[in-house]
Amino acid sequence: MSLLMAAEEGANPLVPNIWEIVITAIGFLILLFIVAKYVIPMFEKIYQDRKEAIEGGLAKAEKAQAEAAAAREEYNQQLESARLEAQRIREEARNEGEAILAEFKERANVEAQRITDNAQKTIEAERAAAIVSLRSEVGSLATTLAGKIVGESLNDDERSARVVDRFLADLEAEKQNAGATR
Amino acid sequence: MIVDGLVNAAGGFTPPTVEDMHLPNFFEIGSFGFGKQMLLVLLSVVIVAGFFMLAGRKRAMVPGKGQFVAEMGYGFVRNSLGKQLIGAHHFKPFVPLLFTSFFFILVNNLYGSIPFFQLPTLSHAGSAYVLAAIAWLTWVGVGIKRKGLGGFFKDLTMPSGVPPVLYIILIPIEFLSNLLIRPVTHALRLFATMFGGHMAMMVAAALMSHLAVTVGGLGGWLGSLAPLALGIFLFFLELMIQCIQAYIFALLLAVYLQGSVSEGH
Repeated sequence: MSLLMAAEEGANPLVPNIWEIVITAIGFLILLFIVAKYVIPMFEKIYQDRKEAIEGGLAKAEKAQAEAAAAREEYNQQLESARLEAQRIREEARNEGEAILAEFKERANVEAQRITDNAQKTIEAERAAAIVSLRSEVGSLATTLAGKIVGESLNDDERSARVVDRFLADLEAEKQNAGATR
Repeated sequence: MIVDGLVNAAGGFTPPTVEDMHLPNFFEIGSFGFGKQMLLVLLSVVIVAGFFMLAGRKRAMVPGKGQFVAEMGYGFVRNSLGKQLIGAHHFKPFVPLLFTSFFFILVNNLYGSIPFFQLPTLSHAGSAYVLAAIAWLTWVGVGIKRKGLGGFFKDLTMPSGVPPVLYIILIPIEFLSNLLIRPVTHALRLFATMFGGHMAMMVAAALMSHLAVTVGGLGGWLGSLAPLALGIFLFFLELMIQCIQAYIFALLLAVYLQGSVSEGH
């Protein structure tokens, strides 16, 4: 009360009004509470978020760059392996071609051999047939001729056949002897 | 002298008094009288809290104008008052107190320059006392808690690097200067600058109206231009002082707190 009186008298501005002290203290403390509880956490969070956003952005950019480098590396590797693959395929194709060529050559050779053999066999058979037919032909011709010369009928077939056989056997023996001596 | 001359010539200029700064209360309940000053103090709480809550509520990565200003203000208190003065390791718990002190005082001072408010609330001594008291209790409390009672008083009153003999003189001086005079000057610096500035403005305004209205005539009108120019000059001077005093109060608080958290010196 006396303080109020003093203030009202205006005697001394240094004398405080007790209620002004109370109100100011309450106001200040309320503000301090609001600031500590809401304002500062809010602004700290804004700073933190921004810091993270910037750092996150940088990290993201770095990651993207690394990914791009990895992709390029992979691409190069794929290119290289594709080149190797192509080379391998070319090589294979050439080898295969050579193999096919060789096979065909082989087959042709075999075929040619077979044809040659067949021809030889045919010739052999023809010759054997010719020999057989020649033998009977020559035999009958010779006997006919001999019969005419000798005048004696050599119509007896059995006998003439015997004569011819003997003759031919002699002929062969002679030929064999000649081959052995030669 | 000039003023006296003018006053005598005009016959009865009454200069403004302290009563003019203590306007009648809006209402009174017993000894409790609620007046303009208290309303403005409470309004400042709403203004500071409201501005920062509104400005920061979006939490935008890319701040708008309001959020940018708020962040700048917050960053200023946090970094140049807190981090740089108290030190990066200790400053965090004191940011709320520094922040509240600076913006509370800033708004209450700027009332003096806003039309219709026109009352720097801290020109009422009680408000300045209580702010200094809160500051004093905080830095003394923090110092005792950190260093213990003995350590706190030793750091406070016995500066190192002084010949022991001098302690006979130094201890009482340092005790008096740090523990008793410090809070008083802390409060009075704020109160006196606001009180004096406001008083000077009122004198200029009163003189101008006296010359223009009471004296009247061409001479009175022309004569009133001088206090008008003085008033305009004082207005900007006050605006500057109002900001500087808020800064100084928070700055000193930070310095005192730094003394309480640092190890010896």
